[in-house]
Amino acid sequence: MKLTLRVWRQKNANARGRFVTYEAKNITPDMSFLEMLDVVNEELIGRGEEPIAFEHDCREGICGSCGFMIDGVAHGPKRASTVCQLHMRSFRDGDSLTIEPWRAKAFPVIKDLIVDRSAFDRIIQAGGFISVPTGSAPDANAILVPKENAELAFDAAACIGCGACVAACPNASAMLFTAAKVSHLHLLPQGQPERYDRARNIVATMDKEEFGGCTNIGECEAVCPKEIRLHFIALMNRDLIRASVRDWKVGRRAAGM
Amino acid sequence: MAVTGFILVGFVIVHMLGNLKVYQGEEKFNAYAVGLREIGSPAVGHEQFLWLMRLVLLTATGLHIVAAVQLTQMSHAARPVSYVQKKVIQATYASRTMRWGGVIITLFVVYHILHLTFGAVGFPPGQYRHLSVYRNVVTGFSLWYVSAFYIAAMVALGLHMYHGVWSMFQTLGLSDENTGRLYRSLAIVSSFVVVVGNISVPAGVLVGLVK
Repeated sequence: MKLTLRVWRQKNANARGRFVTYEAKNITPDMSFLEMLDVVNEELIGRGEEPIAFEHDCREGICGSCGFMIDGVAHGPKRASTVCQLHMRSFRDGDSLTIEPWRAKAFPVIKDLIVDRSAFDRIIQAGGFISVPTGSAPDANAILVPKENAELAFDAAACIGCGACVAACPNASAMLFTAAKVSHLHLLPQGQPERYDRARNIVATMDKEEFGGCTNIGECEAVCPKEIRLHFIALMNRDLIRASVRDWKVGRRAAGM
Repeated sequence: MAVTGFILVGFVIVHMLGNLKVYQGEEKFNAYAVGLREIGSPAVGHEQFLWLMRLVLLTATGLHIVAAVQLTQMSHAARPVSYVQKKVIQATYASRTMRWGGVIITLFVVYHILHLTFGAVGFPPGQYRHLSVYRNVVTGFSLWYVSAFYIAAMVALGLHMYHGVWSMFQTLGLSDENTGRLYRSLAIVSSFVVVVGNISVPAGVLVGLVK
């Protein structure tokens, strides 16, 4: 296969970026998208040029490192897939593709297709955890979890934090990511003690990181490689509203009313 | 957005049901308009309840617009560099046109109040008669372009409601994996009924059903 790539090149966070066109030659349909870029980079290195920088790690679709826009779609045309698990058989010989990094104020470009997603780390630090004393592993089945909740919690926990939801959102909102992290813990008994503080803190951090507001459009759900569903956002909203009601009640009680 | 939207959707549904009274004839329709001003009588005075409702609606509309402007500003700030290429995968036309839809509806509401409440626009001089609502509707909608504007505005309202009603349940945290589909259906049915009910009035005048 032979393809024409229009790739975003940007030297560093402060440099002005631009699109550069490359020819991808000697590509086979069973290569992954990242392997195709490896071939292009080999040639660039051979010519003494700077290779295209992109993030990647496991190349199995489970780590959340990779991801960029291919022809205006986060992770490319294949549903429920990361770019590392997208194969060249999804394209046709002679295709012309535009490759762009995630675009969001909260995800500044570091180099070429690599963006800084540490805003996600700070969201996790605000509430993506449970506080338990460490020690020996608890007995299996000591805490019972209804089957349905276990399944839903697992659906939410499948989030790999790649950032495609933010990239696809017309508002650059991080609601799907945040909601997945919140829901995963809220559906399990271990998540209950800090439930309302978590909802409040994690959403406050998300807002502080300058992500946009959710307008329930659903583009996030469409590109999510782990098919995280939009209703997790409603679940988080529910806890957020309950948290405010509880704060109000606690406030009244403290005021002796 | 959701709380003020809920109030506004409630108003729109009640308003549409009121509009349908036009089919009960001139006498009943005019009596309905007069009756609206006497709700709560004699406990509350003439037009007092009506003005309270108008105040609530005006406040809800104001807050709804303020929230929309804030959300829009947040969105623009959150993506300072836009994509060279961006495809829409599953977002509905309605969800993507909420902002302009809202602008169209606001302009329509201003026109509608100047038109059928004040008689300031869309009537030849001396043709508008306060509280002769039936005559005003017939005279007002006899101009095809006025009716066409109303019909177009109602389509915009329908689209706005279709996304808005569903979105409301999502924002208020009521939607989940089991009820999501129910709320979608509720959004379809409510927006469809409001649009058809409201459009039937200018359309009815144009085809001579209401005269």
